[in-house]
Amino acid sequence: MEQILFRHNRPGRSVTFAEYQAEGGFTALKKALSGMSPDGVQQAVIDSGMRGRGGAGFPTGKKWSFVPRTLPGPRWLICNCDEMEPGTYKDRVLLEANPYSLVEGMVLACYAIGVRHSFIFIRRGYEQAAANLRRAIAEATAAGLLGDNILGSGFSCDIDVHVSAGRYICGEETALMNALEGKRANPRAKPPFPAIKGLWGGPTVVNNVESLANIPYIIANGPAWFKATAATPEAAGMKLFCVSGHVVNPACFELPLGMPLGEIIDGPCGGMRPGSSFKACLPGGASTPYFTADHWGVPMDFDPVAKAGSRLGTGGIVVFDQQTCMVAATLNLVRFYARESCGWCTPCREGLPFVVHLLELIESGSGSEEHIGILREHVQQLNYAFCALAPGAMGPVDGLLRHFEDEIREHIVTGKCPFISI
Amino acid sequence: MEQKKMIPDLLKNELQSRIASAITNREAAVDVMKALQAHYGWLTDEAVVEAAALLGLSPLQVEELATFYEMIYRRPVGRHVIHVCDSISCWAMGGETLLSHLSGLLDIKPGETTPDGLFTLLPCCCLGNCGEAPTMMIGDTICGRVSVDTAAALIEQHRNR
Ligand SMILES: Cc1cc2nc3c(=O)[nH]c(=O)nc-3n(C[C@H](O)[C@H](O)[C@H](O)COP(=O)(O)O)c2cc1C
Ligand code: SF4
Ligand code: FES
Repeated sequence: MEQILFRHNRPGRSVTFAEYQAEGGFTALKKALSGMSPDGVQQAVIDSGMRGRGGAGFPTGKKWSFVPRTLPGPRWLICNCDEMEPGTYKDRVLLEANPYSLVEGMVLACYAIGVRHSFIFIRRGYEQAAANLRRAIAEATAAGLLGDNILGSGFSCDIDVHVSAGRYICGEETALMNALEGKRANPRAKPPFPAIKGLWGGPTVVNNVESLANIPYIIANGPAWFKATAATPEAAGMKLFCVSGHVVNPACFELPLGMPLGEIIDGPCGGMRPGSSFKACLPGGASTPYFTADHWGVPMDFDPVAKAGSRLGTGGIVVFDQQTCMVAATLNLVRFYARESCGWCTPCREGLPFVVHLLELIESGSGSEEHIGILREHVQQLNYAFCALAPGAMGPVDGLLRHFEDEIREHIVTGKCPFISI
Repeated sequence: MEQKKMIPDLLKNELQSRIASAITNREAAVDVMKALQAHYGWLTDEAVVEAAALLGLSPLQVEELATFYEMIYRRPVGRHVIHVCDSISCWAMGGETLLSHLSGLLDIKPGETTPDGLFTLLPCCCLGNCGEAPTMMIGDTICGRVSVDTAAALIEQHRNR
């Protein structure tokens, strides 16, 4: 199968600058700077059908097009490498193998949007990825591919690496801008949207690592080529799926968007580990409603996954076998969100600990029938929180209620967790 | 009373040039806190005051940042901080067992530091190593597929470091 982002990978080490260039690296940048207008680059990204890989799936080129080119003052590009969503580790795998596609993609994005100064916001704990990026930035600058007057085109741009100190909410794009400015990372109200008023009040684009790293290949090979690498005519491009949990081979794979869930698990993941059978999975990271064996054939692409009642999210697939208690799994997930709540708004600050409390009651065998109704109400009510963290937290609860109501009820009726044998 | 000067001039100069290269002073705040934490072992009260002076902020403004982040410590920690991931993929692969095992090995509860000041044990959010669950981080080193045996070996390796 053709690989896009992983095509330069070397086993056990990062690709070098020389190897990346020898294999066609930076030809997209040369092509764009010598023969394409900024609008042309943006149009190619629009035509490619590329949708953001950070979780929300917003079309990348369209997001760029919202940035007004006429406002005075600087514009900004931020690459989001916060990646703290449980079950998600694709951006780390990519950057440890190859930091150059991201650097090249960022220069192309800066060129399209007219940005002089861009940032990579990277989480704590990704020290190897951050070191790779610093090295790649230094090499690209020395080769005239980054910095002042790139390739003699008159276009200049820089990339700064900002290493965070660990907090999931920093990945939310408006919280990220506060974090980068050195403020407490509470989200900001939208509107105004970042494209109009973002970092230091200037127009700002926030894109995920994987989104930006794909740009060179769209420019080098054309939008039609990129789109056609997907598994279905509706999908566009390849996707990094990072798999974890009870499969034989939990790893990060680059696969065509739209490949059915079951083919991913039985194919590259090697199926379920011995003695395990598939019970459920989080299809796209910790904030997505569960899929069950009924969803085995769902094409893993944004719209089909949404139509089947969940979200493609980050592409982090967490697989659970028949011995997993789904109430306990959901409790673990909501505890994460309750702890990571930034505390800014009441529904999330007060509501998530209450949901944790209800799930603890049910899991310990002290739940009652009315708790099911209260949980269901909270799935609705937490949509009114200030940012997307709280609705995300309720994704697994929603899935639990829709697919595993019998399992909840068994806890309540028997007064104990059926998966703990005492 | 004159405040005792705590950070060496070399570090101070480094931080001043980091701040000078930032777009605004505040942008460098996390870097400054991390550097001071590396110097003192944790972000001491003196460090908060020093960071504030360097950044042109009030100590309270530094404090509200410091208490926000998981990896900035406003209380003393041991020489080696052990973070054990307690998020979903690690949970599914036995992360709770790993945490309680480490707790037994070190004879401390999660959140505590060993009496000899060598190890602090902290549960933490996803470390981005979910495919190799269960995962822990000792200092800056990520360790995946940690078993009961490898956990004990890792601790022994770090005892004399
Ligand atoms: C709580 C929360 C955490 C998020 N964390 C990340 C993250 O770590 N990385 C990321 O790319 N997007 C994250 N997002 C989504 C971003 O807000 C934003 O949509 C994304 O970076 C846009 O990039 P894209 O258009 O390329 O997908 C998060 C959103 C929320 C609500
Ligand atoms: S929903 Fe939660 S994380 Fe988002 S602003 Fe409200 S308290 Fe903060
Ligand atoms: S869930 Fe433990 S490393 Fe991601």
